[in-house]
Amino acid sequence: MDIYSSLVDIVGEDFVSNQEEELYIYSRDSGAQQPRKADYVVVPKTVEDVQQIVKLANKEKVPITPMGGGLTLSGLAVPINGGIVLDMKRMDRIIEVNEKSRYAVLEAGVTQGALHSHLEKNYSHLEHSMPDAPPMATIVGNVVIQGHGHLSVSCGINSQMVNGMEVVLPTGEVCKLGSCAVSPYWFSRDPLPDIMGLFIGWFGTTGIITKVSLQLFPKPKFRDLLTFASDDLDLLPDFIFDITQLNLMDNLFIISQEWPPWAQGILYVPIISAQDEEEFELKIKLHKKLLRKYEGKITLVEGKHAEKMRAARLPVPPVTLGVMAADAKQGGGFEYTGGIVPIEKVPEVSSRSVEIAHKYGQPYLLGYQLLTGGHSMMCGLAYCLNRADGEDVEKVRKALDETSKMILDVGGVLWKAEAPAQSLMMQRMDPNTVKLMKRVMKALDPNAIMNPGNWSD
Amino acid sequence: MALKDYKDIIHRCFRCGYCKFTSDYSYLGFNCPVYNKVRLESYSPGGMMWLIYAALIKEELKPSKHLSEILYSCTMCRNCSQQCKFQFNEDIVNILKAAREEMVEKQLTPPMVGQFLTNVYDYGNPYREQKQNRDNWAENTEIKQYEKGDEFLYYVGCVGSYDTVSQKAARALGSVLLKSDLSFGILGNREICDGNEVDMLGEKGLFEFLKEENTQTFKELGVKKIVTLSPHSYNALKNNYSNEFEVFHYTQLLRDLIKSNKLDVSGGFKAKVTYHDPCFLGRYNNEYDAPREILTAIPGIELIEMERTKENSFCCGGGCGNFYTDILGSGQNSPSRVRVREAHDTGASILAVSCPVCLMMLEDALKAEGLENELAIKDISEIVNEALL
Repeated sequence: MDIYSSLVDIVGEDFVSNQEEELYIYSRDSGAQQPRKADYVVVPKTVEDVQQIVKLANKEKVPITPMGGGLTLSGLAVPINGGIVLDMKRMDRIIEVNEKSRYAVLEAGVTQGALHSHLEKNYSHLEHSMPDAPPMATIVGNVVIQGHGHLSVSCGINSQMVNGMEVVLPTGEVCKLGSCAVSPYWFSRDPLPDIMGLFIGWFGTTGIITKVSLQLFPKPKFRDLLTFASDDLDLLPDFIFDITQLNLMDNLFIISQEWPPWAQGILYVPIISAQDEEEFELKIKLHKKLLRKYEGKITLVEGKHAEKMRAARLPVPPVTLGVMAADAKQGGGFEYTGGIVPIEKVPEVSSRSVEIAHKYGQPYLLGYQLLTGGHSMMCGLAYCLNRADGEDVEKVRKALDETSKMILDVGGVLWKAEAPAQSLMMQRMDPNTVKLMKRVMKALDPNAIMNPGNWSD
Repeated sequence: MALKDYKDIIHRCFRCGYCKFTSDYSYLGFNCPVYNKVRLESYSPGGMMWLIYAALIKEELKPSKHLSEILYSCTMCRNCSQQCKFQFNEDIVNILKAAREEMVEKQLTPPMVGQFLTNVYDYGNPYREQKQNRDNWAENTEIKQYEKGDEFLYYVGCVGSYDTVSQKAARALGSVLLKSDLSFGILGNREICDGNEVDMLGEKGLFEFLKEENTQTFKELGVKKIVTLSPHSYNALKNNYSNEFEVFHYTQLLRDLIKSNKLDVSGGFKAKVTYHDPCFLGRYNNEYDAPREILTAIPGIELIEMERTKENSFCCGGGCGNFYTDILGSGQNSPSRVRVREAHDTGASILAVSCPVCLMMLEDALKAEGLENELAIKDISEIVNEALL
């Protein structure tokens, strides 16, 4: 039986395609990376479907690329060596919400929007850390790429919020990891050997996550943001240090972009929340008080610009700023280098990013997010691109490449890096670490069927 | 506008996916009826935009029968335009319509679409029914032909005229209008298709022909005001015909008649009722209140909203000729079955509609779900008719 017929046998005719139209769509995303052709698109419904597909792929030596929302922008769910794209979004059950232990068990296709809505409707006192991505992004996709959410400062990054997972290994076995491996409850990642790390950050090269348990958090009754403005880039590390010493924020964005003009300097946007009004007002007051130390150099923004920032950054999920910025070039394309850097390196990253953007004729569009209480900064160095203009796409691709090199030069690492940027990191990586990664991948995936071409030097 | 006029807009879609949801991202399922059923990205609004650009503008793909199946699977419910965050959101359905015009020109329409259009051209309706049978539904009623001087033309549309389920609504509305003091009449065998679906299916020439024929008939008879049974007719006549006629959907007219005490609904209708917004009344024409004002004016009705309601309403799957072409197909996840389950979950005993297409689609789905003993589908015209003293 040929591969197509075997796939039809597994998931049914409606959920397999090898027609040009589906292959076209699944062979590219909205980023600047070159299209890479898929051979089959398959939409499984159950973990058994996934197991059978993996076994078939092993038998036929066909690559599999798992896909969630397909919104990484860096082509991580676009197959590098063809084969099967496994669109996980039909596995969309919210299996359980454990209110008292604050976690939700979800299938791999559950979107950020669906979980948000489910909690709003049924557990309005709980929330999950919602990323800046559109709500079509999946929870599992965000975990796999070590994404960030609106609680990144107070509660950590989203891959740290995983209590447990179910994984289909590249050889077809199903494994449960975390407390659910020894208990009916999916409440904790510890105290067990942390095998989950074998599937986080590997972009599907080590297995397919089919379920996760995600931590939920108290939803605050009061929530607001402040906007601080500054033109002095050199103050940034000290100011970040001081504001994180308060240890009172949920999240901190830093924005600097060429358009609109009022956002050309540095805008600090701490998000502050509380369950109690008095506590909330005190937190706001303490953040404002911090400005005394930076009098005249960092100022509070009020009025219409503060309101614009509030409208853009306060909603969960966010709806405006990222979306509108992405359309600045009216070209339907957008990608950014996500550089995760030590905080003291942010000024250098900023000034060099502006230089690179201008060198390639692009407006600068910098959006940063503080991670894990103030241990590092995710620097989103973004480029809009016009998909209709091949030259523009090529320029952006070059700008991204140069930006990635710059991030590595200053001592940073690259977040959800596209395949060429992964290679850049591998080239600079401790050779024994590279060897270890290869041994892990080989041990788990002997036929190299899982999203091959990623984490390759 | 022709597709080429959108060439600088089509590629602006990012496939970000807001278009698939309700405004509050309802966890009940995706609110794009096509994507919710098919679950392939190519069938999402963004997928369609990218394919239209690739095949019909950039010529990276050859226009094919499969592309045509994808483009014609859309019911044009306008959820995508409603939910898209970008400035070009209003153009999404227009781009799809323009792409369908290209498919018609290239003779690549799916066979059932071709049949629909041919039937409308040959018979004035998609069912291949004889023109002289168009007003059979009105037999044994006192509903008369429109005469010069009548205040309202009651425009029934193809589905209300020929579909046996929807004919109940056509008769009920006729009965209600007879009980009011309005002078009205129908076109009978002179009525032909309003062309709403023809236009959406991309047969521009046929739509223009239908528009001219209907307009000429209206003018000959001195029609000034039109009340339509179907939101599809309402949309075509109000927005795509000349503005010489004052057009009402029947819920707007009945609402006004009830408010001005010209219809007495104090007979009541005792039931828990949930209401399904038709796309061509709601999202296309922003009329969400009139049907609800009627229902809440009737004593005994307890109106319960479904989770997805008003601008977030979930399409029944019948739009743009899908009630006939059935390109979206049946099955547990067909939009009408999903919607019937959602209505059932409210605990209502009546699912009220104000559209003959929704009525037939949801009635079929009710049977497929085996819920006939727990839920009934009724057009608001039937409910009002039962409540009249």
